[in-house]
Amino acid sequence: MMGADLKQTLGVLVAGGIVFALAPSFIELHTLTVLTIYGLLALSQGLIWGFGGILCFGQAAFFGLGAYAYAIAAINIGESTVPFLLGIAVPFLFALVFGAMLFFGRLSDVYLGVITLVVTLIFFKFMNSTAGPQYVIGAAPLGGFNGIPAFPVLNIPGDPEAFIGSVGYYGICVAAILLTYALIRWLLASPFGRIAVAIRENETRAELMGYDIRLRKTLLFAIGGAIAGLAGTLFASWAEIVTPNMFSLTQSAEIIIWCIVGGRSTLVGPIIGAMALSYLKFLLGQQSLVDNMLILGLILMLTVLLLPRGIVPTLAQGITQAAARLRRRRIGEAQHGR
Amino acid sequence: MDLAAIIALDVVYSIALLALISAGLAVVFGMMRVINLAHGEFMMIGGYATIMSVRAGVNIYVAMLVVAPLVVGIVGLLVERLMIRFLYGRLIDTMLATWGLSLFLVGAATMIFGNTTTGISPPIPGFAIGAYQVNGYNLFIILVAAVVLLAMYGVLSLTRAGLVARGAMQRPDMAAALGYDTERIYMITFVAGSALAGLAGGVLAPLVGLVPTTGAGFIGKAFITVISGGASIIAGVLSAAAVFGLVSETFTFLFKPVVGEVALLVAAVILLRILPQGITGRFFKGSM
Repeated sequence: MMGADLKQTLGVLVAGGIVFALAPSFIELHTLTVLTIYGLLALSQGLIWGFGGILCFGQAAFFGLGAYAYAIAAINIGESTVPFLLGIAVPFLFALVFGAMLFFGRLSDVYLGVITLVVTLIFFKFMNSTAGPQYVIGAAPLGGFNGIPAFPVLNIPGDPEAFIGSVGYYGICVAAILLTYALIRWLLASPFGRIAVAIRENETRAELMGYDIRLRKTLLFAIGGAIAGLAGTLFASWAEIVTPNMFSLTQSAEIIIWCIVGGRSTLVGPIIGAMALSYLKFLLGQQSLVDNMLILGLILMLTVLLLPRGIVPTLAQGITQAAARLRRRRIGEAQHGR
Repeated sequence: MDLAAIIALDVVYSIALLALISAGLAVVFGMMRVINLAHGEFMMIGGYATIMSVRAGVNIYVAMLVVAPLVVGIVGLLVERLMIRFLYGRLIDTMLATWGLSLFLVGAATMIFGNTTTGISPPIPGFAIGAYQVNGYNLFIILVAAVVLLAMYGVLSLTRAGLVARGAMQRPDMAAALGYDTERIYMITFVAGSALAGLAGGVLAPLVGLVPTTGAGFIGKAFITVISGGASIIAGVLSAAAVFGLVSETFTFLFKPVVGEVALLVAAVILLRILPQGITGRFFKGSM
């Protein structure tokens, strides 16, 4: 990792740590925990879209898959360490196979969007239709439309009786998001990450330089799937129920909206977008004057039209420009005074 | 024998249904490479326009076939002028912006009509084939779909406006150089696509219990049909609708409706994996 990169990453981690430490004084802890989980989910989309140029309309599939994998394994096993790992591994493997099918078939943009969307819909329809006693995996009924309630939530590794309190769970989610952020920064600074960005910039050129773009895109897609799965696992343990709605079109749409509004060319942008918009949705849900879909839709339209790069990059540019102007003025004053 | 007739009718009906809900989207996508993700909500507006005008005493056929396309056409005009025209050539951005529009319209409809189901009854009674009861309205849908496709073909291939539109679709720069205002062509195309969505929504209004979120059920299928169809508007929609209609009806008949829906989606994935440019990217090339 280069010096400036390292410094920036550490800066973001420290700032993030401080914000997450102070936030519980302003927002209720239970809500804050899910906002953090959504931040993590947005991060997965931000990675593959912003840095790999892969617009996946079905990131919710991995989110839901992670949650279901965790819930089903937790019911069967009881102790949560293995289910937790499965919650990451299952979406990772699924994304790996699915991604290989897509990228080795050289599908891109709209077509990629359609297929990822369709696969999410398949999960949604299938899970909705699994009501009835014949749909069980081990001891876990899939439950159809009602989902799977009442499974063991995350415990301290090795001791199924040692449940984690709400403060501890918030801590785990914050640790997960900060750690994931750091790992992604490391990944992006490595040759793999640099080449991923090169592929985003110009696929043909990257391929002519001898890189196997199909394999690299598949791997990046799978890493994104694993992160979304982690978010799903944490969400399952937070909500204590998993339902087919995790696979819904609305869920996929929201992830994309978070990235667009926050700024998809950054990693901090999607996190901020996810947390801010989800909190806004939560606040809007408490009033009945304006429908919250109306507001979210309006935000999305206005962002695409007016701030196509998203809020964080636009703000960052504004601050840089203002700083440069200030510096120029100061130099001007100094020269004038002399 | 009766059973075979019923099944054949069901297959044709499901193909017609897919073609009808996809036609508007296909016009817009085929001509301007714009995916309107608010297409389902345009249909929802068409449905509400129909139901509202029937309740106000308008004849049901006038409401479905005239009022709904008119209302949604006007909505389309507003959307094109205020939003879409700033985003031409940016496929992904258009998709995202129209997705925002779709959420916005769902929210607006929820605030106006409430989150309750409204509906009207189909104006055509059922009849019997042998021992089986057939929904007479299904035949009307097949008729409307056929007329819509024929009319689209007629306009595109026989009229001067269709010729200009096809020219602008293939080479917008050349059409502009010959003095045709491409921006105006795009505007008219978008309005036409919206009106078709309104027509589809109006015709389907008696069949579905209309709620503000009805559109979401259509957009997935329409989107899949149009993309799998590929670049040619009519041949694409027709061939993709035929494949998907056949697959989903077969599996519905053999198992149950959910399996049929999943089979449709799986067929779409396989189809796009084999033919990434859609059906008309390989077959029926150069058709309309």
